[in-house]
Amino acid sequence: MKVTILQFPGTNCEYDTEHAFKELGAKTQIVWHKEESLPSDTDLLVVAGGFSYGDYLRSGAIARFSPVMKAVTKYANEGGKVLGICNGFQVLTEAGLLPGALKRNENLHFISKHHTLKVENSDNIFLEKLDNGDIVNIPIAHHDGNYFIDEEGLKELHDNNQILLTYSDETGAVKNPNGSVESIAGVCNKAKNVFGLMPHPERAMESILGSDDGVKMLQGFMKS
Amino acid sequence: MTTAIINVSLKAGVLDSQGKAVHHALDSLHFKGVDDVRVGKQIVLKLSTDDKTVAMAEVEKMCEEILANTVIEDYKIELI
Repeated sequence: MKVTILQFPGTNCEYDTEHAFKELGAKTQIVWHKEESLPSDTDLLVVAGGFSYGDYLRSGAIARFSPVMKAVTKYANEGGKVLGICNGFQVLTEAGLLPGALKRNENLHFISKHHTLKVENSDNIFLEKLDNGDIVNIPIAHHDGNYFIDEEGLKELHDNNQILLTYSDETGAVKNPNGSVESIAGVCNKAKNVFGLMPHPERAMESILGSDDGVKMLQGFMKS
Repeated sequence: MTTAIINVSLKAGVLDSQGKAVHHALDSLHFKGVDDVRVGKQIVLKLSTDDKTVAMAEVEKMCEEILANTVIEDYKIELI
């Protein structure tokens, strides 16, 4: 199992992500954004969190034109598994690989804290170790996490079970920290090979650090 | 030379939290009669061409591809 992790100028979660997948037994490789191809043995590509290009223009807007992104789009279109965490989610929406867009948080604050999430659809490789309705405790750390999608797009997400996670309280009732449409915290594409979420499962790998719920999530990818 | 002034703002119907915060601040400073506030950004480009038609086509392409995210934003282009 080989996990390739993208690194742009301003990415800052690539080493946490590498550590998390190594703990799960994967081989990892960090790939600089100037590369024009991905390692051929990549089983999962992770677009890690951070502040690529200082969030200039819009979060993820400039990173999406980095040389490596052509290879990422090709990899995704050929069915390769892609996971975008936080800024990675923003990059994937900007690149059109995931529907919707991430706006400034409704209260305009940078939010950094643990948050409970409700699993909405687990019929995909990312969340297959969990069940619909399960609650996980995962840190969030973002300024632009306010997920927006128009009504037509939202209907498609519902029709195809593309909503992965929503922000909730411990009982599963809606608790929306950032103004996201329907409290959405993560989505996947229609083909269910590209996943994006604002929360950081790679920061929830050990209970001594607050939660190990991220293990169940990332383990979904650990097939080979 | 042509100057392109591009105003990018959130689409009507997309909640503008910054606009709302500014509106609230204006209210607390007792500026009355403000019905709505929208905050956007302005991007100014200096283009080498003198041909406004060419410039407009090029800038529209730039807006669609990178300068605006048309999922949530509208843009207006003014050429001088």
